[in-house]
Amino acid sequence: MTETISTPKPRPARGPRLPFSVALEPRLRIPKWLPWATSLGSVALALLLTALILLYVGGNPLTSFRAIYLAAFGNLGVFSDTLVKATPLILTGLACLLPFRMRLWNIGAEGQFYLGAWGATLIVETLFGKDASPWLFIPLMALSGFGFGALWGFIPGLLKARLNVNEIITTLMLNYIALFFVAYWVFGPWSERGFQMTPTFPRAAWLPRLADYATVFKPFSGLTVHLGFVFAVLACAAVWYLLTHTRFGYEIRLIGDNPNAAQYAGVRIALMTIMVMMLAGGLAGLGGMSEVTGVVHRLQDRISPGYGFTAIIVAWLAKLNPWAVIPVAILFGGLIIGSREIQPSGIARMLQGILLFTLISSEVLNRYRIKFERAK
Amino acid sequence: MLEQLFAPAVIIGILASGIQLATPYLYAAVGEMFSQISGVLNLGVEGVMLMGAFIAYYAVLRTDNLLLGLALAALTGALMGLMTAVISVTLKAEQGISGIGIYLFGLGLSDLLFLVLVGTPKAIVGFPELDLPVLSGLPALGPILFSQNILVYFAFACVPLAWFILNKTTLGLKVRAVGQTPEAADSLGISVARVRYIAVIVAGTMAGIAGASLSIGLLNIFQQNLTSGLGFIAVALVYFGGWRPFRVMLGALLFSMVNALQLWIQTLGIALPSDIAGMLPYILTIIALIFAARQIVTQPTALTKPFERGE
Repeated sequence: MTETISTPKPRPARGPRLPFSVALEPRLRIPKWLPWATSLGSVALALLLTALILLYVGGNPLTSFRAIYLAAFGNLGVFSDTLVKATPLILTGLACLLPFRMRLWNIGAEGQFYLGAWGATLIVETLFGKDASPWLFIPLMALSGFGFGALWGFIPGLLKARLNVNEIITTLMLNYIALFFVAYWVFGPWSERGFQMTPTFPRAAWLPRLADYATVFKPFSGLTVHLGFVFAVLACAAVWYLLTHTRFGYEIRLIGDNPNAAQYAGVRIALMTIMVMMLAGGLAGLGGMSEVTGVVHRLQDRISPGYGFTAIIVAWLAKLNPWAVIPVAILFGGLIIGSREIQPSGIARMLQGILLFTLISSEVLNRYRIKFERAK
Repeated sequence: MLEQLFAPAVIIGILASGIQLATPYLYAAVGEMFSQISGVLNLGVEGVMLMGAFIAYYAVLRTDNLLLGLALAALTGALMGLMTAVISVTLKAEQGISGIGIYLFGLGLSDLLFLVLVGTPKAIVGFPELDLPVLSGLPALGPILFSQNILVYFAFACVPLAWFILNKTTLGLKVRAVGQTPEAADSLGISVARVRYIAVIVAGTMAGIAGASLSIGLLNIFQQNLTSGLGFIAVALVYFGGWRPFRVMLGALLFSMVNALQLWIQTLGIALPSDIAGMLPYILTIIALIFAARQIVTQPTALTKPFERGE
């Protein structure tokens, strides 16, 4: 063979030698059922991986999963507790879903939740005497919770819109700042006799629970579901309406699908970024408000076992569909309730982590067809 | 009280612990820099660090063998790096979100393993301080720079090493190429996927070591969520440093000095509520990012973008 000088030929990629080769082929059309099928598949895979890890550290996965299931869905009483846990997850889930729709990665629902809880407490601590009416307390606390949550969303929104600062890192940092901020208030100015919590809120500032009506309707006794759950469902409806029936929602989806086209169509992306982050922060803040006024009835350190992070998974598993957030959040509420019953405590968090990446990874199946070819 | 801060012994103390505290930031940020320059935003650092910290701690607790602990932490980091690479390079997953998955996984698993295998925190004997001959005897400079543990020296040695690899070797050129113009690199026969795999696994390994430097070099203990955001700050430091090793180092030093100052303020009993002081590193991170955004930086063009070969 004669020597020729030519442009270097692309080297064949050196991979592991298998009897077949794997190629990804983009799908032209995604069947409607496919995304849900891959989601279910990734949930199953995550459970399997968690089971293997549990086996490895010497636990019995079947007993653990059964214990989780019974503790979360075993009877009406525990199911009501599950709904209580689902409430903050729905609201923080929406706080992730809305910005995710425009590919804005709000990882800060946790911090926004804390600020909302703080905002609600601010009303109790400063504005009223103990005998004010619930009709005054509840709307004002909801407003304040929403407002302070929105403020916590405004900061990363503004930084992203004006300076293109990565919103993932700023929202993460604001989570830590919010934790310290709340800790400061409950240890310091609002502390009850030096304990790390505020005094219990006056009854008028409690969100009504089903159990409060047990005298009228007997079967309600012991049911802990509170008004916050109604807020959460209403918020789902509102977000759904916003996304599908308004110009605002249309622009969010447009930016998510094709930012260049959106820009060209005259969508003010910077303004949208700020508004969506504020709205998201407000929703998470409402979650925090509902948690302190409906469940804890005081502000204290560590009121959230990571709702804001679980919310990311909730939003993703719900395929960014506002209505799907409700069942998914109930499922995860059950997981949180159930994993309190079993030891060790890291299981729920680890399962969530695994689930998030099986879920994200499974998306490749939606976008590509996997082809196995025989090696030549 | 404030004048106490300016006593020479205190200043030396702050600077010495500042240098020491820079260690985990340096390992994590230098590793992360490789990943980002190759085009992969690796947000799982925090989770990898937690796993590295736990594995190193546990190995030392059981065997008293510091090097084994360090090696296992690096290996754990490499494995988690491989996992990250599969998810973000091969499966082309959304990098911001999948990184949070790795974080939650590391957070949960390290907690689980700690509770199952250890239970209550027990202190271990970590890497001893290594006084460099002659140099450690220097006034002021000696205690600040030359009487640290070996992981500290290595962390600083990583910086010029990273600079050399990135700027003077073929591998470094490839890493930069696949992060800047993957299409061009691909057309020249560079396997974009393979180079990114290498970079992400390097980042994982370094994050594992960063965790170990915390649990068996600095604090000599493990507890739930030991890193408390340090890994995320390391990611921010890479932005702040404009993807340049020495600038990243300056950023790491800035942060560790602030940390050290904050610890000393509390030790000296200066009245600043600890929760307010605790916020400082995170506020500083946001401010640092604002400054990083204002200067014209050369962000790798393909950062967070999975590579698809055009047809």
